[in-house]
Parts: sequence; C-alpha cells; structure tokens
Amino acid sequence: MRHAAKIATLPDLPEEVRAVILEVTGRLKDSPGALLPVLHGIQDALGHVPEDAIALIAREMNLSRADVHGVVSFYHYFRSEPAGRRVIQVCRAESCQAMGAVTLEQHIKRRLGIDFHQTTADGAYTLEPVYCLGQCACSPAIMIDDEPRGRMTPERFDAWLDAETI
Amino acid sequence: MSVTIHVPRDASASALGADSVAHEIAAEAARRDIELNLVRNGSRGLFWLEPMVEVTTPAGRVAYGPVQKRDVASLFDAGFLEGGRHPLALGLTEDIGFLKNQQRLTFARVGIVDPRSLDDYLAHRGYRGLQAALKLDGASIVQAITDSGLRGRGGAAFPAGIKWKTCHDAQATQKYIVCNADEGDSGTYSDRMLMEGDPFTLVEGMTIAGIAVGATQGYIYLRAEYPHARHALEAAIATATTAGYLGDNVAGSGKVFRLEVRMAGGAYICGEETSLLESLEGKRGQVRFKPPLPAIHGLFGKPTVINNVITLATVPVILDKGAAHYRDFGMGRSRGTLPIQLAGNVKRPGLVERAFGLSLRELVEDYGGGTATGRPIRAMQVGGPLGAYIPAAQMDVQVDYEAFAAIGGMLGHGGIVVFDDTVDMAAQARYAMEFCAIESCGKCTPCRIGSTRGVEVIDRMMAGDRLERERNELLLRDLCDTMIAGSLCALGGMAPFPVLSALDHFHEDFEASPAANAAAS
Repeated sequence: MRHAAKIATLPDLPEEVRAVILEVTGRLKDSPGALLPVLHGIQDALGHVPEDAIALIAREMNLSRADVHGVVSFYHYFRSEPAGRRVIQVCRAESCQAMGAVTLEQHIKRRLGIDFHQTTADGAYTLEPVYCLGQCACSPAIMIDDEPRGRMTPERFDAWLDAETI
Repeated sequence: MSVTIHVPRDASASALGADSVAHEIAAEAARRDIELNLVRNGSRGLFWLEPMVEVTTPAGRVAYGPVQKRDVASLFDAGFLEGGRHPLALGLTEDIGFLKNQQRLTFARVGIVDPRSLDDYLAHRGYRGLQAALKLDGASIVQAITDSGLRGRGGAAFPAGIKWKTCHDAQATQKYIVCNADEGDSGTYSDRMLMEGDPFTLVEGMTIAGIAVGATQGYIYLRAEYPHARHALEAAIATATTAGYLGDNVAGSGKVFRLEVRMAGGAYICGEETSLLESLEGKRGQVRFKPPLPAIHGLFGKPTVINNVITLATVPVILDKGAAHYRDFGMGRSRGTLPIQLAGNVKRPGLVERAFGLSLRELVEDYGGGTATGRPIRAMQVGGPLGAYIPAAQMDVQVDYEAFAAIGGMLGHGGIVVFDDTVDMAAQARYAMEFCAIESCGKCTPCRIGSTRGVEVIDRMMAGDRLERERNELLLRDLCDTMIAGSLCALGGMAPFPVLSALDHFHEDFEASPAANAAAS
C-alpha cells in the first residue's frame, strides 16, 4: 500500500507563487468558510489560481485537492491560466441583447481576432462573456478590468481600442 | 462660501463618463480660481440624463445632464454655479417629472446624500430606525416587520416577518444575518444603486435584523461584477464600526453585531439562497434540499436570516416611520413600495420606486417613454432571465405579485427589459435554455440535462420542416413540464417560463426559420 503522503507530494512552485499562497492562506484560513476569500486573494495577487498551486492551497486549508479543485472550477470568476493585460467582459444578457449586444459581441471578437475565454497572441486582451453587469440602464455594456462602459457601440469600442494601442 | 456640486459616483454614471466630468469640473474650477465643494453622490436613477450634475442653489438642487467632459467649460461660462441657463439645464431636480411622481421610501436618500459620509446619513434620518429598534425587544421588532407586510424583494416574495420569526424562535448559540447581494438578473440594478448610493441603509437594516433575531454576525455576499459597490460597502462598514454603530457595543446598547463583505465567484446560481450559503461556507455553490429551512439550519448549520439587499434596506424606514406607514402603500397582499428598474430598449431607463398597483403600461410608456429605437414595443421580460415574456397586449397588468402570477409571469426583483418589434423570440427562447445550461449547478438532472436538451430541441425546431417543428415543439413543451415539476430550485424550475411564454405569445417566430424565409422571398 502506498503512503498517502507520497501520493500527495507537492509539485514544485515558483518561489513567488509559493510565498503568495502561504501569505494569503496564513492571513485568512482561520476565518469561517475561508476558501473563496483565499482564492480571491490569490487571484488578486497573481492574476490567476495556478493549477499547480491547488495541492499547496489544499494542504494549508486542511482540505482535499478535490475540494479545492471543485471550488476553483465551479466559479466562472476564477481562472487557472494568466489573463491578458486587460480583461474585457462583454455582457450577453437580455437587457443588452435588446440594445444590440449580439452585433457588438461579433464586432469585438472580429476586431480582437479571438473568441470568448481566449487571449490575444500578444497577451494584451482577454475576452470573457458576462451575464449582467448591473448596467442595464445603459445597455449594451462591457467592463474593461474594473471599469464599466455603457451605451457601447462598435465605433466607440474601436475608438477605445485605437487609443489603447497608440 | 463655496458652491456644492454633486457628480454621481454610481457605476452606471461612471460607465457614461461621470468620473472624467467630475475631474474636469474640479480642474476648470481651479483654472477659474473658484472654490468648490464637489460631492460624489449616488445616482437619482434617471439614467438617460447621466452623468447628471447637480448644483446646490438657494432654491434647491438644480440639474444639468447628460453632461460630457467637453460641456464643462460652457457650463461654467453659462454660470451654472448660480443655476444659469444652458442647453443641458433641467431645472430643479425634484421637479423633473420622472422623479416627482415617485414614492421613494427605500431609496429616499439615494442620489441625495454623500454615500461616504455618516454625518450626511445622520442628517437625513439615518440610524433612526436602529434607535427605534433598540427601544424594543426582539419579538417586537419582528412583529413590526410582519405588520408592515414586507415581502422578500429578491424575487420569491416570501413574507420577511415569517422568516425572521422562525429564526428568532430558534434556539442556538450563534445565528447569522446574510444579505443576498448577488443581483444577477438582467434588467435589475436596484441593489447596486442602493449599495453604491446609500450603503449605510443596508448596514443599518442588517444591524436591526441582527438585534431582532439575536444574530451577532452578518455577511454581505456581493457579486464579483460590482467593484464599486464593494468599495462603498467596505467604506461604510469601516466608518460605522469606528463610530460605534457596529461592533461589540452597537450604539451604546451593549449588543454585538459585526459585518463583513464576502465576494462571490460569478455564478448566477449563488443568488439562490441555499447555494449562496454553500458558497459562503467555502464550497461549490450547489443547491441544498429544503427543508431544513435556512432560518433553522442555515449558514454553518446555524439559524440564519437570508434576505435580499432591498428587503434589508427597507427595514430602517419601517422601524423609523412605523409598520402602518409602510403598509399603507400598496394593494392586496403586495404592501409597500417596489423599486422598479426600466431597462433594455427603453427611451428613459431608470429607477421608479412606487407603491404596488400601477400598471406595466404606466411604467414602460409614461415613465419609460416607449422604446429607445422609437419602434413599437413587442415584448417585455419582467423578473430577470427566468421571467416570462409579456406581450404588448398584456401591458395593462398591475404591478402586484398576485396579478403577475395570474398571467403566468413573475415580478421577481422588479426589472423590466423592453424589446422592440425587431426581437426574434425563438432566439430569446433558445437563450433562456442556453443560460440555464451555462449556469446550472449540476445537482439535479432536469436542470443540468434538460437545459442542454432544450437548446438542441429548439435548434432542431428551427432547422426543420413543418412536421419536424411540430414534433419538436411537443418535445420542448414536455421537456419544459419536466423541468418545472422536477427541478430542485428556481433555475431549472423557471427557465422554461420565458421559453413557454415565447411559444404561447409569439408562436409566429417559431413557424418559419430565417433561412426558409429568405428562400421563400
């Protein structure tokens, strides 16, 4: 019979990733129901929750790897790969649909040359769908990082993108 | 004396350029050597006029909007600091028709006060509800909520007083108050507006709830998509704690109540109360079986009151002005007011808080002004992505929980999304199933599998000939029946409503595919 400890050997992690995980878990692990705050803390610091880090998070939280993997993969917000420098979320929900979100979505995909959940080859932009940003009074809406933009049109998107790339 | 200017910090106002307007006003004032008191308020909810700038004059607050950065210099030239004339001038804010004819109880302070200022909150009847509550015992506070007729504003419309009483009567060493701030329904933004524009009201409402049922810890479970609301809430909690309104001795009463904001993970299902509790416990947001009820066996297995933002934010006014004052608004079993949100293809999108009883037509046509595109209204989806599509012919339905249920709809969280006559209702029905498939928690089969099959059946319907369409419509209706009857929670149980309403009221959209139409023409 193999020892559990052997199966649970931790993968090697870059020192910086390891330090972040130990800092965040050390700070938050004793608060009730800490796993989501911990994952937010790690993603805030690293930009994503690396697949290889799950074993260490699990050990520090006294959970199984399956528990942590299950939670990371359940929530749309957590990503296991690094995002581009800017994350563009395009709302696909009904209020934005009523104001031309489908056309806007197609335009943005064509302009960036990527589909949802992808990052441009130069690592500049990641495109994500979102189901309501609470900006339904100024549909269609997108969010660039933490900044919502309302009454978005293909022309206004292009103007923003052109200003970005200068 | 310096002039006071209000420029909203509301996320939608920001999305329309309010931050650069505020910056430009400050810069222009500095260039002209004018001293200004620039306040970043919440939004009044007149979003077609955002960014709306208000100037405090001896006659009252005067509004200008929608203001863009390039308009700022001309506003100064026109003497807007004294309420001067300008093409963007709207007159006294309180006299704008959209606002004047409202009955704002829950939203009484939103857009008026500085959301970062406790002093401003106190100057506008803030914490009077708590002061009144502290003179009562827990059971009497619960009784006041029951007497007010307040029902859960998140969508399910369950009487808040009954929830509170169940939790109050439960014996436990620890109880919790949880605020459901996972506002994910498209067309709704009242929670966001309130949290950004008057966060102390939510803090006060939760504190009263805690004192009423004997809970010492509260959590606000907030959407990851709402960073502005997070900043507002965290600032309010820190200020209230420093001022002694939260912590070990709430307002000198010796009572304990602590509050924490927890960020969600972008899962729609976590707006369902038992999924939300699972998520707060650090798990996958999967729906729990009920019973046991959360009021008895809730967060970490302890008795928990879980209410939506608007429900909890309405508690202070009920305690301040009395249950009877609140109950006197409304009709039938829908008492008080409902903050309604006009969204989608509407000329004047915004927040309308009115007593229950006005018609959908008054809201969409009188307040909303019809469609933004100027085309005829064809459908309205009320109550979020799980709400039925209501045809223009049924616009005279009254805003009332029971009246909506009678036509197969639901009021839900009070969001109304308007569509003009270019909408393809078969595509909307397909989207309802697609959304359910993306957001299903996976626990029960009718929702997890049914939604995916639903998309496929609609696709086959639209691709096939008449016989194929009829066969698949039978199948689709049968599938909807299974989902409604067999799903564990409202996601799978209600996702068929938009689908069935599209089939029932807009059947012509399912009768010929666009490809067939193109071939025929």
